[in-house]
Amino acid sequence: MQLKLALPKGQLLQETSSLLHRSGLEIGGYDEQSRSYRPECRSLPNAFMKVFNEKDIPIQVAVGNYDLGICGQDWVEELLAKYPSSALIKIQDLGYGGKDLCMAAAKTAGMKSIDRLNGRADNIRIATEYPNLAEAFALTRRLKRFAIFPLWGGAEAYPPESADLALISETPGSPLNHDLVSVGTLLQSRAYLIAYRPSWESKDMSPLLDRIYATVGKQQPLPEKKRTLDMAQDSSCPKRPDDSGFVWLALADGHQQKPTIEFLARAGMEVSDDPQNPRRPAINLDGVKVKVIRPQDMPLQVANGNFDLAITGEDWLADHLYRFPSSPVKKILTLGFGKVRIVAVVSKKLPFETPQDFRAPLRRQDITTLRIASEYVNIADRYARENRLSPCHLIPTWGASEAFLPEDADLLIENTQTGRTLVQHGLRTIDTLFESSACLIGSTQAADGVKGRRIADIIQRLEVTLTKS
Amino acid sequence: MQKRCKGNRDLLPQDMESFRNVEEAFRSSCLKWGYEEIRTPTLEYLHLFTSTGTLTPSMLGRVYSFLDWDGWSGERVVLRPDGTIPTARLYIESLTQASPAKLFYVENIFSFEETGKESRERWQCGAEMLGSTSPSADVELIMLAQEVLSKLGISGTVLYLSHAGLIRSLLRELGLDPTEQNRIFDQIMDGNASGIMKTVATANPRLKDSLSLLFDLSGSSPGFIQNVKATLIRDFPRIEAAMDDFLAIAQLLTDMGCSYQVDMALGKGFEYYTGVIFRFQIGTQKLGGGGRYDDLIPLMGGGDVAACGFALDLDRLAGTSKNPDNSKSTILVRTEHAGKIDKVVFETANLLRQAGYRADLDQGYAGTTRHRWILSIRGEKGKPGFMLTNQSSGKTTELDSVSEILGILQVANATKTGPT
Repeated sequence: MQLKLALPKGQLLQETSSLLHRSGLEIGGYDEQSRSYRPECRSLPNAFMKVFNEKDIPIQVAVGNYDLGICGQDWVEELLAKYPSSALIKIQDLGYGGKDLCMAAAKTAGMKSIDRLNGRADNIRIATEYPNLAEAFALTRRLKRFAIFPLWGGAEAYPPESADLALISETPGSPLNHDLVSVGTLLQSRAYLIAYRPSWESKDMSPLLDRIYATVGKQQPLPEKKRTLDMAQDSSCPKRPDDSGFVWLALADGHQQKPTIEFLARAGMEVSDDPQNPRRPAINLDGVKVKVIRPQDMPLQVANGNFDLAITGEDWLADHLYRFPSSPVKKILTLGFGKVRIVAVVSKKLPFETPQDFRAPLRRQDITTLRIASEYVNIADRYARENRLSPCHLIPTWGASEAFLPEDADLLIENTQTGRTLVQHGLRTIDTLFESSACLIGSTQAADGVKGRRIADIIQRLEVTLTKS
Repeated sequence: MQKRCKGNRDLLPQDMESFRNVEEAFRSSCLKWGYEEIRTPTLEYLHLFTSTGTLTPSMLGRVYSFLDWDGWSGERVVLRPDGTIPTARLYIESLTQASPAKLFYVENIFSFEETGKESRERWQCGAEMLGSTSPSADVELIMLAQEVLSKLGISGTVLYLSHAGLIRSLLRELGLDPTEQNRIFDQIMDGNASGIMKTVATANPRLKDSLSLLFDLSGSSPGFIQNVKATLIRDFPRIEAAMDDFLAIAQLLTDMGCSYQVDMALGKGFEYYTGVIFRFQIGTQKLGGGGRYDDLIPLMGGGDVAACGFALDLDRLAGTSKNPDNSKSTILVRTEHAGKIDKVVFETANLLRQAGYRADLDQGYAGTTRHRWILSIRGEKGKPGFMLTNQSSGKTTELDSVSEILGILQVANATKTGPT
């Protein structure tokens, strides 16, 4: 009987690897240097292991692709907050990977605690990677009006201008930045062993569990954290900065950051990094402020007026507009760098050359439900509709998507520059959806006055640079 | 095999017959009582239901909320979890000139249920009166609901009464802070009155006995409420106004010959109640209920407008009530050659329909059918002849014209369907 285990990469990798090693499990290919997604366990030959982004693990276990998984409790609670009846059960606190999930506000906002939020009649904006927990928080706190901005990352950059609160994790190794203050802890999270309920009820997993239990011992519940705040006064209506004349420009983090900054430099806009505050670099333009956020989050942020301009990818703009066709955000300029193709990919083991090749096996129910994995959930959804790929399940992923094929997905919608990585992972491209490059996006509603002129100036500088190149 | 979504149900033809029967009984009563029909959208903004004073946390935790196509602003929408709050929204948006506004609706509501064994979509017959503070308005709604239950032939129902205003006054009198008051009120509204008793027992054991008279006992007359008032008012003088309101309603119901049980532990799942709360039950089965919610419209920014209403659970009523027997008026119209329908058949069926009967053309029914009558048409030398068979008695009569058919049907005292 095969036992399937989902293991985390990222922050929990090292300690999880150490735990498994101390439990007497010899696992090859599960360390920070390894590029394999499928480590092998010599001491448990019936075990199949795969490495995922931590955030993907609760979903993978809940849908039954894996019997057991290890990930942070925060991601487990995020899933359970929206899907309490899912087949996911929490088994064991593993005692490491501690972090606090806290509601943070800007120090300048003057908010001392979250206890008085329900008295506010205005719209409370919460930016977070944990939208389900944020919604549960807002409903429990009986907030009259609230908007939750789901993010891919970088939530700490949002308060106070782009959000009133950010629900973020604070770890001993990564405290809140000095502009923020925690106004309440929602969850004290540690790494957790989780299980798929039907597997737990039917499979004997005790050989693995015994080893892990013997190693971790019995974990004590964490003492409740008391916070003492040094704020002078509590304001039930925190101050939002008056920045109406400023132009807010969003730049991408990650691998798009360098080419973006180089392109801006060619347009005479020098962005200088602030090591103290890497998400808020300076720029040599009066009346312009810059924040570094995830490109995936930019269209939604521009639509909501939190940024006036942003340099993101055409792929992320398309994904946003497919989901929200009435969103007031538009492409202003195609910038040409950061080119990728958005492609449909299958495992080479499958005999499919085109997306239409899936239709016959779906009709015959050789494939009962097509599993489509993608970071681009809305593009993938539309692609499935347009190609009549039904019934299908969409599996949102948070990176390392190529690892999903072939065991946990049949089709992947992914971006690629050269296609080499896909080939290395034994995958075949069966369709190109479109090509995407970096683009400048802005609101469909024109700003006027000095702000309008500043926006026009930035656009013109970029246009001139494009013309020259 | 394709299956429906978990936690949802299909309404099959006989279910729909029961459904329409209840709906029609409810609609006709409401119209006769001067209520006007409305229908609100299935989607509403989530924020309509999130403030304190709307749904209890337990209900709020089960709403279907999501971002729709316009959700870029983060504004979430819900599948309507309740009929009253959208009606209050509609009133504020479009009908504030009407005072009082007497409105009714037949609508579906959505609430998540974990096992999927109960339907997550339920139908309600709701009536609301917006703009009246009088206890007689509460009584009017109770009488209207009772008329509907009676019209549906549902017997053995018990009317339970409670009073949210009285509970709120008590919680204030106990000196609890507003947050605690809301928490305990929610518990009671979610059907857990023991919360208040535990709190009181800890804080003031002497009061436990007095409150026990209210929460642990059940009365069935204005006298019971008078007794409780006389006992409690010594410790809680500020409950008098709520007690008097409760008493006035109970007295008028008694005067009208309407029996009831006072049960202060009655939970309703809504925070918005401020006055009388009522519920109709058969045994442990809840058929519906309602109450007064004077603070809801002010909370929603609609001004100082008092209101009360009720909703009956259409699904339960449909399962409990008896359907009228429509089979007497159903006629299967066929020719000698099954499935061969010609002009004469169409015209004959039309004449029967115009006379108020259900005429069903036989397009090839297999086996026996549920029709009370079978009319066979045969053509002889261009002139049709008819054979009418009464399926109940097995008697067959040969006839020459439609008027003769109608004569037989009338003689057989067939019940006509109403004109459509």
